[in-house]
Amino acid sequence: MNLRRDVFQAIADPTRRAILLLLASQSMTAGAIAANFDTARPTVSKHLQILTECELLQQEQNGREIHYHINAKKMKEVADFIEPFRNMWDDRFNKLEDVMKKYKSNK
Amino acid sequence: MERKTKVNAETGRHDLMVTREFDLPLELLFKAHAEPEIIEQWMGTKVLKFEGRKHGSWQYETKDPQGNVAFQANGVFHDFTPNGRIVRTFEMENASFGVQLEFLEFVKLTEDTSKLNMHIVYRSVEDRDKQLQLPFAYGINMAHDRLENILSKLKQHS
Repeated sequence: MNLRRDVFQAIADPTRRAILLLLASQSMTAGAIAANFDTARPTVSKHLQILTECELLQQEQNGREIHYHINAKKMKEVADFIEPFRNMWDDRFNKLEDVMKKYKSNK
Repeated sequence: MERKTKVNAETGRHDLMVTREFDLPLELLFKAHAEPEIIEQWMGTKVLKFEGRKHGSWQYETKDPQGNVAFQANGVFHDFTPNGRIVRTFEMENASFGVQLEFLEFVKLTEDTSKLNMHIVYRSVEDRDKQLQLPFAYGINMAHDRLENILSKLKQHS
């Protein structure tokens, strides 16, 4: 169960989602991935580490280089899941609560 | 962060349940679903029509920053019992999802807290699953837009 939550924390970050999209059609080295972002290289490495730990990415040794590619099976599991739907309603209801609390204090 | 909203969607079923406890008295929770100008604030949409009574109908519309219509939905009320129950249909316009049936139950917990149970019934398992995945697809599209922005900036630099 914990792992599941980690996956959603992983894809909640826009840079990590951008990395996943970048790797959707090809496998790439960490350096090539980092070249696509303004962010510092160690930051990108950290993102790659998180994505690999929750199994959204897999590493593959290719001679001296390590290539990253998408773990399609895990991605499908995430896509099938309902967390973003829950988040959408949670955001709306949080807003409802805020709006009505202000409404109450204005009375 | 606290996870207040719960979604129960069992595999292979054509319905789901959204539940949420509110730090609000029952009357305020219901009011938030019964007054167009309040709905507009938390749903982030414009309410074109709202007849809060049995046989009444409703219509929402959302425009993007450029002023184009991004989202339209409508339906009718089958039950509208203040501080108790709303039964309504919901249909997105210009979408392939079809109409869904929603049962909203408003429950008093204490003087200051209340609960909403929202039972949504879809025509088929496929319809339900498509609706469930919509926010995920939206998230991916947002990331895609961002990526395109990054890439076009890079192109300008080179």
